[in-house]
Amino acid sequence: MIDVKKVAGVARLNLTKAETKKFSKEVKDILKMFSELDKVNVSGVEPSFHVIKTFNVVREDRVEKSLTNKEALANTEHKEKGFFKGPKSV
Amino acid sequence: MVKQHLQKMGKGLVKPETFFKKVRKEIVQKNKRLNIFISIPKKFDVKTKGKLGGLPVSVKDCVCTKGLQSTAGSKILEGYVPPFDATVVKRIKKEGGVIIGKTAQDEFGFGTFSTNCAYGTPKNPIDPSRSAGGSSGGSAVAVASLSFPHISIAESTGGSISCPASFCGVYGITPTYGLVSRYGLIDYSNSLDKIGVMGKNAWDCALGLSVIAGKDGLDQTCVGETKNYTTFKRVKDKVVGVPKEYFSSAVSESVQKNVWDAIKFFESEGATIKKVSLPNTHLALPAYYIIAMTESSTNLAKLCGMRYGLSLPIEGSFNEYFSKVRTKGFGEEAKRRILLGTYMRMKGYRNKYYLKAMKIRTLVINDFKKAFKTCDVLAAPTMPFIAPKFSEIRKLTPTQVYAADVLTVAPNLAGIPMMNVPCGTHKGMPIGLHLMADHFQEEKILGFAGVKAWRR
Repeated sequence: MIDVKKVAGVARLNLTKAETKKFSKEVKDILKMFSELDKVNVSGVEPSFHVIKTFNVVREDRVEKSLTNKEALANTEHKEKGFFKGPKSV
Repeated sequence: MVKQHLQKMGKGLVKPETFFKKVRKEIVQKNKRLNIFISIPKKFDVKTKGKLGGLPVSVKDCVCTKGLQSTAGSKILEGYVPPFDATVVKRIKKEGGVIIGKTAQDEFGFGTFSTNCAYGTPKNPIDPSRSAGGSSGGSAVAVASLSFPHISIAESTGGSISCPASFCGVYGITPTYGLVSRYGLIDYSNSLDKIGVMGKNAWDCALGLSVIAGKDGLDQTCVGETKNYTTFKRVKDKVVGVPKEYFSSAVSESVQKNVWDAIKFFESEGATIKKVSLPNTHLALPAYYIIAMTESSTNLAKLCGMRYGLSLPIEGSFNEYFSKVRTKGFGEEAKRRILLGTYMRMKGYRNKYYLKAMKIRTLVINDFKKAFKTCDVLAAPTMPFIAPKFSEIRKLTPTQVYAADVLTVAPNLAGIPMMNVPCGTHKGMPIGLHLMADHFQEEKILGFAGVKAWRR
């Protein structure tokens, strides 16, 4: 069964005790609704990852205008010397 | 009204400055009461040449607009000002359309009633104690309430155009998946998202579609052709299929009656009515939600407070910082879907959920393909009931909310085009007829939606 606290960790979400309790109950109900599909036999059925049959949709390979460094960094305050700045990794 | 406005603009009979001054005054005023827009540009970029020359166009908040905040209704993207235009926005601007604002929506499209919008819930203009529908609620309210000629760019993943169009009594077309480029759309679910158009009538929607449809080289799933959708085909001798699964006891009597009246009206116009069955319809709801949640949890992984959107002072490790930003920025429904989507992607569960749902999707598509062998369009109710009151919505559990999408998820899952057509009222609230057609057969739907005598 789903361990909401563990999944929240994987999804990078901090949940309060009350939230964990509430979500645990709700996701149980939702997964029960999904279990409707367990009854269906789909052996031999191909999955439809795309609804339209598409094959190698490509375009001409040519250089187009890209964002400038300034534009790319315009939406963050975390930047330094033209780079994004993130939290320490080591 | 759009048609006449464009003609007048073209001939110079409308003074753009005066017209757009009035537009601004009205949207600011109505926005206060109805929460239509999340952002309104400080200055309108007014042009008068092109297929949409001088036409006000509102755009759902999840579609990126250069220089104008685009949050997809979420606090985690508050303050995000895209440095580029989505392909659809680029095309609208090129044809002279004037962007008047970004419409309110459920956060990332996660909702049926627009009650999950982080910037205030749009209200139904006919009765503000009722929902406008979701997730493109703001777009539907804009079309229904603004008095000037206007179209709105909306987006549907599982019914987010049809539902609000139905609740607010406007027209809304969701094109075939792949007809319109998704470049610049803040993704919800990549294999399901479709950008479409809402308007006061079928012609307005068709005009908008003519401008935005067709491949652009920036979305590898976009294979559509650019063509003129405004020349409507005749209804006479066409076959309208009526799927029995869409008239179950879950659909209110008043909705069923009005939709049947509309179908009989088509018969009186020379169409043939044929009863059909789509036996896998009941599987569409779980399959849809599995795919939508799984794909969205992947898409939302990139939102972590580093490159754009909400940011906090950088402290702690990567994981600590990202978790802090995500916990603060995502709303409750987003968290619920991220949890479920993440769970269903975990080792050992992918085949049970995602792959299974993708196979169910094949069954749903096959149902439709079989029906379209003998039918030109399918006709059904759009929503099972009229717009509910907010007081009623507050009492619903998540699964009850999801169940409200029962009539719109199957065509969305199959990626076929669909359109809401207002066809009557109950207690003064609009009822919608849902028209569906085979992949890339938008013209067949528009032919029916555009029947002249339609607006009785």
